[in-house]
Order: sequence, then C-alpha cells, then structure tokens
Amino acid sequence: MKYHGVTLHRKLENNIGLLIFGILFVSSIGGLVQVLPSVFQESLSTATQNSHLYTAEELTGRDVYIQEGCHVCHTQQIRPLVAEVERYGPFSRADEFVYDRPFLWGSKRTGPDLHRVGGKYSDDWHRVHLLDPRSVVNNSIMPAYPWLAEKQANDMGDIQKKMRVLQKLGHPYSEEQIAVAVDEIDGLSQMDVLITYLQVLGTGLAEENR
Amino acid sequence: MTEIRETYHDGVVKRLVQFSIIWAVLGMLVGVWIAAELIWPGLDLGQFWLSFGRLRPLHTNGIIFGFGVSALMATAFYSVQRTSNVPLFMPRLAWICCYGWQVVVLAGGLSLLAGWTSTKEYAELEWPFDIAITILWVCFAVVFFGTIATRRIKPIYVSNWFYGALIIVIAMLHIVNNLALPVSLNKSYSIYAGAQDAVVQWWYGHNAVGFLLTGGFLGMLYYFLPKQANQPIWSYRLSVISFWAFTYTYIWAGPHHLHYSSVPEWVQSLAMVMSLILLAPSWATMINGIMTVSKAWRKLRVDPAMKFIVLALAFYGLATFEGPMMAIRSVNIVSHFTDWTIGHVHSGALGWNAMITYGTFYFMVPRMMGRELHSVRLANIHFWMALAGTMLYVIAMWGAGISQGLLWLSVDSIGELSYSFNDVMASMVPYYGLRLIAGIIFLTGTILMAYNLFKTMWGRHTVSVSPPDIVDEIHGTAHMPEPEPDFDEGTGREVPA
Ligand code: HEM
Ligand code: HEM
Repeated sequence: MKYHGVTLHRKLENNIGLLIFGILFVSSIGGLVQVLPSVFQESLSTATQNSHLYTAEELTGRDVYIQEGCHVCHTQQIRPLVAEVERYGPFSRADEFVYDRPFLWGSKRTGPDLHRVGGKYSDDWHRVHLLDPRSVVNNSIMPAYPWLAEKQANDMGDIQKKMRVLQKLGHPYSEEQIAVAVDEIDGLSQMDVLITYLQVLGTGLAEENR
Repeated sequence: MTEIRETYHDGVVKRLVQFSIIWAVLGMLVGVWIAAELIWPGLDLGQFWLSFGRLRPLHTNGIIFGFGVSALMATAFYSVQRTSNVPLFMPRLAWICCYGWQVVVLAGGLSLLAGWTSTKEYAELEWPFDIAITILWVCFAVVFFGTIATRRIKPIYVSNWFYGALIIVIAMLHIVNNLALPVSLNKSYSIYAGAQDAVVQWWYGHNAVGFLLTGGFLGMLYYFLPKQANQPIWSYRLSVISFWAFTYTYIWAGPHHLHYSSVPEWVQSLAMVMSLILLAPSWATMINGIMTVSKAWRKLRVDPAMKFIVLALAFYGLATFEGPMMAIRSVNIVSHFTDWTIGHVHSGALGWNAMITYGTFYFMVPRMMGRELHSVRLANIHFWMALAGTMLYVIAMWGAGISQGLLWLSVDSIGELSYSFNDVMASMVPYYGLRLIAGIIFLTGTILMAYNLFKTMWGRHTVSVSPPDIVDEIHGTAHMPEPEPDFDEGTGREVPA
C-alpha cells in the first residue's frame, strides 16, 4: 500500500504518452474545480445598477490608461478594510467591473488606489498633475506625461471597431452610440479622454451602496 | 555496427546560453533603470518609451522570457539528450525554436515600449505574439518529447518530468489566459471581464511562477545538482511524491493574489489552504536537494558552480516559506500591494532563478567547450556579489513593504488615518536607494559572468560528445550517478549491489 503510488509512477515514467497525460490530468483538476465555476458564475458577469457601460470617450481614455501602463503603479481595487475604505471610499464590488476588459485591479500600489478617484479632483487638477506631478503633489514619484496633451485620441485605434468587438462580447452598445463615436472623440487629445475616464472611475456605484 | 557514431547537439545549447546571458544583462539593466526611476522620476527624460509604465513590463518580460526561458530551453536540450542517451530529435527544429524565440522576445519587448499591451501580468504581449509563442512552444515540445520518445533508456529521469510539466502546463495556461477578440494588430479585448478575468489571470500568473520559475528550474536542479555533486538524488521516492504533489497543488493557489478582492470568498480561502499545503512539496524538494549535496560538502569550498546551486536551494527554501505565509489572509492584509511582494519576488528571482542558472552555466559551459573556465577567481567574486546584491535587495524591500503595509492600515483612537499616502511614499526613498545599490551590485556580478563565460566560449566549437554505449537498463540513465540502494523497493525488483 505504502508503495502503491510509486508503482503507478513507475508505469508513467516508462511511457512518455502516459506521463504527458498524467501531468495534464493532475494539473487540470484545480482549474476545473476552482476556476471554471467562477468563469460561469453569472453573478460575476451580470450587469446591475452598479455597473457602468463606458462611453466611446471613456473607453478611449481607458485604452490610454492601458497604453501608458498606469495599472503598473495604481490599483483599482478597494478592499473591505476600515483604513482602506476611509482612505479611498466604499469597497469595490464585483458587479462594478463587468464591463472591464481586461480588469485593471493591479498588484502594486506605488501610487494610491484609483478605483474611486472619479470626482475627487477637478479636470484642471488632473491636467496639471499629468503634465507635472510634482507641482501639485510634493515628493511625488509619478512620471510626467507631456506627450498625452499632444497626441490625438483618434490615434488610439478605430473606436467603432472596438465598440463592435465589445458588442460581440456582450456590451450593450446601441447602433446610435456606435454611429456617433467618432465625432465624440474627434479633436480631443489623449489627455482629455484619459481625464474623462479618470472622472468616471468608481462613480457607478449606486447610492444605497455608499 | 558500422555507422558513424552520432553526437549530441550542443551547438544549439551553446547559442541559447549566449542569448540567455545577453537577456540577463539587458533585463537587469532595465531593472536597475526602473529602480532609479522610482527615486528620480525625471529619468524617463520626457520620452514616452522610457516611461516607468512601459519599462517595467519590459523588465519582467525580458528577464522571464528572454533570460529565463532561453536558459530553460538550453538546459532542457542539454540534459534531455544525456538522460535519454540519444541526440536531439529534429535538431533543425531546435534551432528554429532557439532563434524564433529570440525574435519574439525582441519584437515583443519593442511592442511593449510602443504601448501595445494586454495588461495581464507576465502575459502582456498582444495577440500576434501570443500566437507566435504558441507555435514556438509546440516546436519546443516536439523536440523535447520527441527526444524522450526516441530514448535508449527506459525510465524517464526526474528532471524530464519537471521540464515536461513546464511545457505542458504553460501551454495550457498561456492559451486559456490569452483568449481575446482582436480589434487590430496591436489591440484586443479579453473574452473574460472584471472579476472573472482576474481569476483566470491569476490562475495563469501564479502558475507561470509555479511551472516556469519554479517547476522548470527544478528540472535544472534535478539534473545539474546530482551531476555537480557527483551523487545520486538522495531519495527517489521523495522526488516522485513531491513532483505529483507539486503538480496537483500549485494550480489551486492562484487566487491568493486576490485576497479581500471582489472575487468569491470561497475561491480565496481555498487558495490560501492550498498555498499552505504547497509548503510541503516545496520543502520536500529542498530537503532532497540538500541531502544530495550533503555528501559532497567539500566540493562546496572550491567549486563556484556548486556554491551557486546550493545557495539557490537556500533561497528557494526562503521564497517557498515566505510565499505560503503571505498567502495567509491576515498576513496578506499587510503585504498585499506593497514592496513586500516585490521583495518576495526577487528573493525567488535573484536568489533562486538567477543563482541556479548561473551555477548551471558555470558547470555546463566549460564542459561543452572542453576547456577550463576562464577564471575561477572571477566566478568566486561573482558569487559574493550575487549573494550581497540579493540580500540587500530583499532586506530593503522587507523594510519598505512592512512599513507601507502597517502605515497604510494604521488608524488613530478616533478612527482617523494616521498617515497620508504621500507621507508614506516619501519615506520610501532610503529603501529604494538601497535597492538600487543592490541591483547595481547584482548586475555587475552578472556582467562579470558574461565576460567570464564569453571568454571561455570564445573562438571554439562545442566538443563532440557521443551517447555512451553502455546503458544501465535498471538504473535508467547511464549518464547519472548511481541511484540510491532502495531505488527499486516499490516494484520488488532486485536491488543491485
Ligand atoms: C510555495 C511557494 C509560494 C507561494 C505559496 C507563494 C505565494 C505568493 C503570494 C501570497 C504572493 C503575493 C500575492 C499578492 O499579495 O499580491 C506572491 C507573489 C509573487 N511570487 Fe510567490 N509564492 C511562492 C513561491 C514563489 C517562488 C519560488 C517564486 C519565484 C520567483 C515566486 C514569485 C512570485 C512573484 C513573481 C509574485 C508577484 C506576482 C505579482 O503580483 O505580480 N513565488 N507569491
Ligand atoms: C539587477 C537586478 C534587478 C533589479 C534592480 C530589479 C528591479 C525591479 C524593480 C524596480 C521592479 C518594479 C518594482 C515596483 O513596481 O515597485 C521589479 C519588478 C519585477 N522584477 Fe525585477 N529586478 C531585478 C532582477 C530581476 C530578475 C532576475 C527577475 C526574474 C527572474 C525579476 C523579476 C521581476 C518581476 C516578476 C517583477 C514584478 C513584480 C510584481 O509584479 O509584483 N527581476 N524589478
């Protein structure tokens, strides 16, 4: 009995096909039992009153956030801990993220959490901060993003195509929203749309949950 | 038997070693640069492509996929031939794999600087690269498993189980995690959203650490440590048990990256329990390694390669002890999102991955070239620099991380936050300074190694080595030292004297 496992292993280690199958089988169990149910759990993917569908402008701003790698230093996930709620606001809920592709929770807080930064500062504050962080926050180690003021939001890729792809993935964009998308971001800089995105972050949470 | 004797294909191994060393130097240079940017943010010089948000993924991808995977391919090709007693299967494909991989890492790195990213950690590259990686990975698998399939030794040696698990599991993770609908060449949207995306990503992220940075490098350990110590693996049975326990358990631990987040709590708790269990197979492997060297302590004093491998084992022990502790929910409250995680990463990355690779290279290169190492003294100096750099890095990040964690959470008697975010951030400068110094020391050591090894390789081809004629059917590999006496207890086969 004691050596039963080792005997079984002897069979596997003499046959490469069996060994490959054994590894595949053993390593799949965790994923099938733990990850797969979450992928099919409807409460994690169903929109509620807390969910916010990004407009064309916000979506473009989100793609700027991704392009610059803001998520590398800023998290978007407020844990249900006293100090954290006090510092950043109401803790994050799963249904606030159902339109987040990809999720941008991050893993390192070099800068503060941004999940509820929307409405916290004025647009002008953000503009100055993005151009020269140290002029508004002493000692800040955040880099400046001067080029965002010059680059066009249009250059972020075909916005209509993006919305159609997201539509296929279940985001309820109307034909009208898609039709006006190009005009919506036309003439805006990448900084403008990024600020629009920052200002909407975390504001979707329904009043009774605050 | 009149045919000309076949020889092992070591040319491709040598080339992969060279690429790996180049990526190590470049990747760590970027590491040092971003460490400096965290002190002097102006170091991006106003250039978008030098911005921290783009350089950090370049650092992780360059090191993990450039340095790490090239080293894994090199050592897998080297050891699978010698443990199977045959030359590589489809050597041309091995060369395609070697060069193809470098092209993907280089082009992928540039695409990260251009701002193409899917944001998923360690899977940042956009979909065209994901497809290229998949194809090259299949080539790797064909060469590796093909060599095993044509082997002249019946039992498949331990190191090959680990390399095999690396290839199979990473393929599975890579494909599932990167599923996305493309919009254009440089943009795609994940088929998973929000919390579900998070669960899938950290199933990938943790197991990329598990099967690449840990499992793959354990393959290295199981071949090169016994060779180096000239001792058989201490316990065959322990290696069997820890291999399967490792393969089974690791997969469950991913959501410890998502403690107290908006993913279901049962997923987090299960991950915590599995992470604690993971300590057992991890330490079983470490103990197996230490006991294997224990009969060859004398070598430790004179052989730099051996020193690196043994020190790597110690840091492996440290990282796999620290990891489960950080996976405990109440500890994670403090450590999550802080530099403590960064310290943990680099005790694994510098102490375990880099050190074992260095030790292996110092062992392998002189043998492949058929000449002595250019300078043993330089290798010894490298060893002390690597040790000092790693210790300093880890200690600095413990200091930074634990203070961040505690200060962020601290509230006074009336429930007000005690410290503003900026106060805490500003107090990090000394720690970040120490980390920068640590990085420079570690990088300098790596450059010494690059010089030493390129000098050793300079102007020479690899020597021709043929598979030995005598194959010991019972013991498996003729190439490995004698196995332990109780090797065959399980099957009741005769135990050879
Ligand atoms: C038993 C083994 C291990 C366990 C249970 C473990 C557990 C953990 C935990 C709990 C975290 C922090 C997650 C968070 O709060 O965000 C973490 C992060 C990490 N660990 Fe480990 N660890 C182990 C071994 C290792 C080893 C050997 C390495 C080798 C390099 C490693 C590399 C990493 C990396 C790269 C991260 C950072 C992930 C990220 O946030 O981007 N771990 N690990
Ligand atoms: C000279 C040596 C190195 C230096 C100075 C260095 C520096 C850094 C810095 C500054 C960061 C960013 C930390 C932050 O965002 O706060 C980082 C992240 C990281 N480095 Fe290194 N690094 C070095 C070597 C390595 C090696 C050898 C590896 C892998 C084998 C590695 C793997 C990583 C990973 C995985 C992360 C991301 C951690 C996370 O997301 O939690 N580094 N490194």
